[in-house]
Amino acid sequence: MSIILQVEGLSKNFGGLKALSNVTFDLPEGQIMGLIGPNGAGKTTLFNVINGVYPASEGRVMLRGKDVTGSKTYEMARKGLARTHQVVKPLNELTVLENAVVGACFGRHGYGLRKATEVAMEVLQFVGLEQRAEQLAASLNVAQKKRLEMARALSAQPDIILLDEVLAGLNPSEIAAMVETVRKIREQGTTIIMIEHVMDAVMKVSDRMIVLDFGSQIAEGTPEEIKNNQRVIEAYLGDPKLAEKLMRQHEREVIR
Amino acid sequence: MKNWRKHLGLLLPLLVIVGMVLWPTVTGSVSNRESVFTILKAIALASSLNILLGYTGYVSFGHIVFFGFGGYVGLYLVNDLGWSIWTGMLMGGIASAILAFVLGKAILRLRGAYFALATIGINEAMKAFINNFDLFGGPIGMTLNFSVYKAYGGAAQALNMAFFIMAGLAAIALVISHLVRTSKFGLGLQAIREDEDAAEVMGVIAPNAKTWAYVLSALIPGMVGVLFFFKNGNVEPHVAFPLHASIELLVMVMLGGQGTVLGPIMGAFAYQGMRGYFVTSDFFKDIQLSVSGVLLLLIVLFIPAGAIGWLRHRVPALRRVLQ
Repeated sequence: MSIILQVEGLSKNFGGLKALSNVTFDLPEGQIMGLIGPNGAGKTTLFNVINGVYPASEGRVMLRGKDVTGSKTYEMARKGLARTHQVVKPLNELTVLENAVVGACFGRHGYGLRKATEVAMEVLQFVGLEQRAEQLAASLNVAQKKRLEMARALSAQPDIILLDEVLAGLNPSEIAAMVETVRKIREQGTTIIMIEHVMDAVMKVSDRMIVLDFGSQIAEGTPEEIKNNQRVIEAYLGDPKLAEKLMRQHEREVIR
Repeated sequence: MKNWRKHLGLLLPLLVIVGMVLWPTVTGSVSNRESVFTILKAIALASSLNILLGYTGYVSFGHIVFFGFGGYVGLYLVNDLGWSIWTGMLMGGIASAILAFVLGKAILRLRGAYFALATIGINEAMKAFINNFDLFGGPIGMTLNFSVYKAYGGAAQALNMAFFIMAGLAAIALVISHLVRTSKFGLGLQAIREDEDAAEVMGVIAPNAKTWAYVLSALIPGMVGVLFFFKNGNVEPHVAFPLHASIELLVMVMLGGQGTVLGPIMGAFAYQGMRGYFVTSDFFKDIQLSVSGVLLLLIVLFIPAGAIGWLRHRVPALRRVLQ
C-alpha cells in the first residue's frame, strides 16, 4: 500500500497562538483516517494548512511524494485534493447541479461542461440529491447542504477528500445514511480524512485515528487503541476515572 | 435548428437589437436614430459591465474609464495618424483591455467595497493624467478634423454608418455576454461571485478568471468610446471620464437584472427612456441624477435581482427564455 499524503512536522502560528505544533502522520492510499479532538484543538486548522487556505509556519506536506507545501487552494484541488467545509459554503444562486458541475469542471480532471454535467449528475445520485438537481442551492436544508458540500468535492473525482464534520447537526438516521456514503466513497478508492465529533460513527468507519489537543498530536492508532488511551480520555473529559465510568456505561447501553 | 429553444437566451436579445435598428430605418427619422444610438451605446456598455458586476460579483464604480481611455487612444490614431475608424476602434478596444489587464493584476486582489473604491480612484487618476497629457490635447482635448469624414462619404454618411457600427458593437457585447454566461469560464466566474474562497477550494483559479473577466468587460467599452467620439467630433477629459456615467451604468445593470444577458438591455432601455423624459421635463431636469440615485437605492433594497432576475424567480417557466 502506497503512502498518498505525508504530513511532516506541520506547525501553524497565528501571532503568539500555536494553533498547530509539529503534526506528523502518513496516510496510506485507500484508508479512512479519523481526526478527532476537543473544540479548538486545531482540526479544521490542520485541514486549512494541508489544503492551502493558510500557509504553514513550519513543516511540509507531501502529496504522492511531491512537496506541495505552500500550494494555493486551487492548485491543491487540481492536484487531486478536495474538501468539504464545516460551515457549509453553498453557491447559493446556482442550482444544486451547477454547484457540482463547478467541482467537476475545475477539479482533478478539469472536464468540459458536457462531461462535467454527466459526472456531476452521477455524483448527485450517489449522495441522493438527484431530485434537487434543478433547485437553487440556497433552498436546501442543512442536511442537504452537507451532502451538497460532499457532492461538489466528489465531482472533482479526487484522490483524497477531507471531510470536515459532515455528520454534525444531522439526526441519527441521516448520520447512518452519511456513514454509509463515506464507506462507499472509500470503496471507490478515494482516501479520506474526516474530522468528526460523533464518536460512535467515526470509530466505526476509521481505519486509523489521530487525536489533536491544543494543536498537538496526542495520540495516533486504531480506533480501539484511541478508545483506551489515557491522554485522549483526559483531553476529552479531564477526569480519567469519570471517563472510564462513562465509557463502561456507554458500552452497556450498546450491548443492551 | 432543432435545438433553437436552447439558443433563445441569445436570439431574444439579438432580436431586440434588430428591432431597434429597424425602427429609425423604417421611420426614417434622424431624431429616432439618435435616441436609439444612445440606447445601443448604453446596452453595449451595460452588457460589458455586467460581465464583471453580474457574473463575477465585483462592483466597479469607474467602468467608464475604459470608454474614455479607449476613446482617446482610438481618436488619436484616427485623427492624428490617419488610421481608419475600424483599426482605430480595434486599437481603442485593445488599449482598454490592456489597461484592464494591468489594473486587474493590482486591484482585483481587493474585495467588496475596497475594490469599488479603487475603481473610482482609477477613473479620477486617469482623468487627471489625460488633463495633463499634451499628446492628447490636455484639458482642451482633441477635435476631429472634419476631412476625416470624407473617407466615409461625408459627415452625414459617417454619422449614419456610426449608428450601424454601434448596433454591431451592442450585438457583439451581447454575444460575448451570452458566451461567457453559458461557458465553463462563466461558471467559474459565477462561482467566484457566490463564494470566492469556496470557488478556489474547488479549483477555480480566481485571480486569473477575475483578470480575464475584467479584460473582457473593458474591450467593448474601449471600442464604443472610439466610435462615440468619432461621431461626436471631439473629446474632452470631462466628457470621457464622467463618474456619474459609471453610476448610471450600474443603475442600468441593476435595474434590468445583473447576471443575465437580457437584463442590461432592458435596464439600458428603461433607464435611457426615463432619462430622456426627465431631462426634457421642467421639474426633473435639474434633479435627474438624484432620481437615479433613489432608483438605485430602491432596487438594491427591494429587488436586488433586477427586473429579469425577479421574473426568473417568480415564473420558473421563463427561465429558459430569459437568460
